Amino acid sequence: MALHHTIKDHFRETRLFTSRAVAALLISIGLMAVLLLRLFDLQVIKHDTYAVLSDKNRIHIRAVPPTRGLIYDRNGTLLAENLPSYRLEVIVEQVKDLDATIAELRHLVDISDDNIAAFKKRLKRSKRYKPVSLRSRLSDEEVARFAVNRHRFPGVDTVAHLYRHYPFKSRGVHAVGYVGRISEKELHTIDTNNYEGSDFIGKTGIERFYEDLLHGEVGVERVETNAQGRTLRVLDRDEPVPGLNIYLSLDAELQGIAEAAMGDNNGAVVAIDPTDGSVLALASMPTFNPNLFVGGIDTKTYRALQDSPDQPMFNRAIRGRYPPGSTVKPFIGLAGLEYGLIDPDISTYCQGWYMLDGDDRKYRDWKKTGHGHMDLNQALVESCDVYFYDLALTLGIDRLSAFLEPFGFSDITGIDISGELTGLVPTRQWKRRHKRQPWYPGETLITGIGQGFFLSTPLQLATATAALSHYGSQLRPRLVAATEDPNSREKVWFPATPNVAVPVGDIDNWSYIIRAMTRVVHSRKGTARRIAKGAQYKIAGKTGTSQVFGIKQDEKYVAEDIAKKLRDHALFIGFAPVDDPRIAIAVIVENGGSGGAIASPIARKVMDYYLNTVLPREAGYIEQTTSPSNRLSNTEKEPTP
Amino acid sequence: MSLFEARAEALQANRRTLAERFHTDTPLLLCLLILSVISLFVLYSASGQKIDVIWRQSIRLGIGFLIMLALAQLNPATFKRWTPWLFTLGIGLLVAVLVAGEVGKGAQRWLDLGFFRFQPSEMMKLAVPMMVAWYLSDHPLPPTLKRLAMAILLIIIPTLLIAKQPDLGTALLVASAGIFVLLFSGISWRLIFASAAVMAAGAPVLWHFMHGYQKQRVLTFLNPEQNPLGAGYHIIQSKIAIGSGGLYGKGWLNGTQSQLNFLPERSTDFIFAAYAEEFGLFGILALLAVYLLVIMRGLLIASQAQDSYSRLLAGSIVMTFFIYIFVNIGMVTGLLPVVGVPLPLVSYGGTSMVTLMAGFGILMSIHTHRKLLPR
Repeated sequence: MALHHTIKDHFRETRLFTSRAVAALLISIGLMAVLLLRLFDLQVIKHDTYAVLSDKNRIHIRAVPPTRGLIYDRNGTLLAENLPSYRLEVIVEQVKDLDATIAELRHLVDISDDNIAAFKKRLKRSKRYKPVSLRSRLSDEEVARFAVNRHRFPGVDTVAHLYRHYPFKSRGVHAVGYVGRISEKELHTIDTNNYEGSDFIGKTGIERFYEDLLHGEVGVERVETNAQGRTLRVLDRDEPVPGLNIYLSLDAELQGIAEAAMGDNNGAVVAIDPTDGSVLALASMPTFNPNLFVGGIDTKTYRALQDSPDQPMFNRAIRGRYPPGSTVKPFIGLAGLEYGLIDPDISTYCQGWYMLDGDDRKYRDWKKTGHGHMDLNQALVESCDVYFYDLALTLGIDRLSAFLEPFGFSDITGIDISGELTGLVPTRQWKRRHKRQPWYPGETLITGIGQGFFLSTPLQLATATAALSHYGSQLRPRLVAATEDPNSREKVWFPATPNVAVPVGDIDNWSYIIRAMTRVVHSRKGTARRIAKGAQYKIAGKTGTSQVFGIKQDEKYVAEDIAKKLRDHALFIGFAPVDDPRIAIAVIVENGGSGGAIASPIARKVMDYYLNTVLPREAGYIEQTTSPSNRLSNTEKEPTP
Repeated sequence: MSLFEARAEALQANRRTLAERFHTDTPLLLCLLILSVISLFVLYSASGQKIDVIWRQSIRLGIGFLIMLALAQLNPATFKRWTPWLFTLGIGLLVAVLVAGEVGKGAQRWLDLGFFRFQPSEMMKLAVPMMVAWYLSDHPLPPTLKRLAMAILLIIIPTLLIAKQPDLGTALLVASAGIFVLLFSGISWRLIFASAAVMAAGAPVLWHFMHGYQKQRVLTFLNPEQNPLGAGYHIIQSKIAIGSGGLYGKGWLNGTQSQLNFLPERSTDFIFAAYAEEFGLFGILALLAVYLLVIMRGLLIASQAQDSYSRLLAGSIVMTFFIYIFVNIGMVTGLLPVVGVPLPLVSYGGTSMVTLMAGFGILMSIHTHRKLLPR
């Protein structure tokens, strides 16, 4: 050791070290300068970029869905409302192990396999970092249980929202419609920005037709979130514009009465105010509970509804095409009068059947023994088929269909719910185009009693009846009476929209038909005489019984022998009071049998309630207010049809 | 000894300052205290205002300072005497870790001694430079090539053992601590540049031996945006935090990146980003100034040391401290790949702090045990 020490040059080593220490210091300072340059670059030169990125991190722009407009009936009774509830939402990108998380969540919240399947389906078409709903309508206990364990589930949260609820359940469902989750197809047709955050879209009925008014406009809020996506606070907010409330002309009670009157029968009832086209009741039976669809219907229930032989989801009132049967006779009769082809006082002899020249086929009357001598009035009252076979033949198919056309039998009525189908008044051209066959005179005969190719919807029958009751003036049927701004409570009334009026030749011809229709109800031989009993007002009407299948020659129709599905449809059209028609109605009872026995009492019940309860109540309300009520004062502004 | 002489000595003893009596170096101690206070403030914010985190860090700092003071009382000669034994013990423990170590975070680093867990690689951060200094200091400097080769072997063996754990960050720090001794020993600059060139050429070979996650870190460093939610997330969020801090910072407790949990590892390895976000470039300048003061004071102590062993060891300790700073800040700013190196004395965590404070204890010991010789 001592040897080494002697060789070591301490002075030189110290100097060497000092120079290295200085070098080390300089290098350190140099490297620190490099760091500072980098920091200068990040914090000064690129500061704006990173400040924006930092805000993007913490500030999320979130859509605030507007509150959907409410739907009321004419009396302000709620038909569709929004109820608050909690939903479990997952931002999948923030969940480490989705399956494990769901398994863990199942201990706290009831999640069915159906829920998971629906969730995975929604997941596929959701945007990244958007919450996807896993379960809706959590119970209070479930919300509380999750809240306690929330910290264990990053990316999962409960969110308050509103869901649609129909307090009357199935009542009026075919008019009001329902909302459901937005489907993939609908995504392409809507403004997706406006539906950001919206769960529901109108699927049928008013909910669909007035979707634009009901939905409102989306709002936006800027929220500060942490890295786990939890919202910490709202920074600012553009309030959404809520959807408009809608007041229907429908009366919930009247609707209930119509549906109750139908009982277990399938069919439809449409009641219209002929003065302004307001739809007072629109029933299609059977019905279904629209609330099932709001939260997402499970496949089993949906299948059951879809596959039911009674087809509850089928809106018979606007889509059901039925042979109108004898209910067209007043129109055919009117055609005969207006064309000047018949003298109402001259009778035709009815022997129970009718034959064309050179054809041995017997066209039967419903009354096998025949009605005897019939003038137009009697033929309508007793619904003589032979009279109208003869009249139809005289008219010919061209004049017949041309006369019916202005009543809207072959067109849609333009009611404000979607999906309406047209009826069918056959013509030569139509038959050539669709059947590739010439027109046969026999077909003119059965068209004259509303059979054969002739089809119309209950809604069309009701509007045609309304037009008849008001001497040809036609108004487009409509369900919505007014919209209301939910904030200002200001109402905007919808004016009645006239359709092209039916040309009137001689007003006496119309009066004649209406008188005859009144006798259908109010005379001893009238086919609807049973509903005259106890009526405090005069009713004009016409019964109808339309064949579901043809009866072979020389066979007798025995209702009891035929399975219910094959039984005749029972129909009734009518309006009341005759002097000042305020309600026009069409009733169809599928396989009901006789129109007079089955369909007309239903119409009577609806008319009774409307004329004896609804109208007097509203009249009373008008008398109580000094100035004319909103409803009337606004109808004054409407163009008079 | 006459009564007068005894009295004079007693007087002289009384005149010694507190710092002299406890063998501390006042400027160094002050800087370290400032850094500790900064650490507690940043941690309070970065931890989400958790007071228990502050308590634990305070206790660790307290232990660190006690160790520093304890080591400062010892004579550098004592360290020199212990050096070979310490190094041998360290190598033995590293082998033991590989054989019977406890796995933590995917790597074998810990040795469970029953009452406490111990990371032998930390000890090597001091034992390696001590050993190299010990080996070189008894011979004339700069060392001969043969001795240099031997010294390199002394560095490579523990480095490889640590890299095998695997703990690349610590292995690099241990290696650099040893290499600094070589650089301070006066080897020619030409040799230094030549070996740097060789190492650069050898990088692909190193790549071959790297673990998957280490390769991933390097790839992420090269292109962090490639995988913004996976491996690149750390570095992107860190850069956003620093960049959005700007000149003046968002203010204490107001850093959205750290307060809202966007910044990962914000109490430990990425605490610098949390600091930069809340205190801005001016805050960083202040922090770097303190660090630079520590380095300057350390290098002064090293150059005033009276023997080669002390000089080499002191120089290496100071430069290792600098490497911590440079690698950590380089990593959080995206200049260097992410290796687990804490910001010295500021990051939350125990082991590395104890090693650092022990190093400063040695520095103080070297400075305060000089014999008063006429120069």
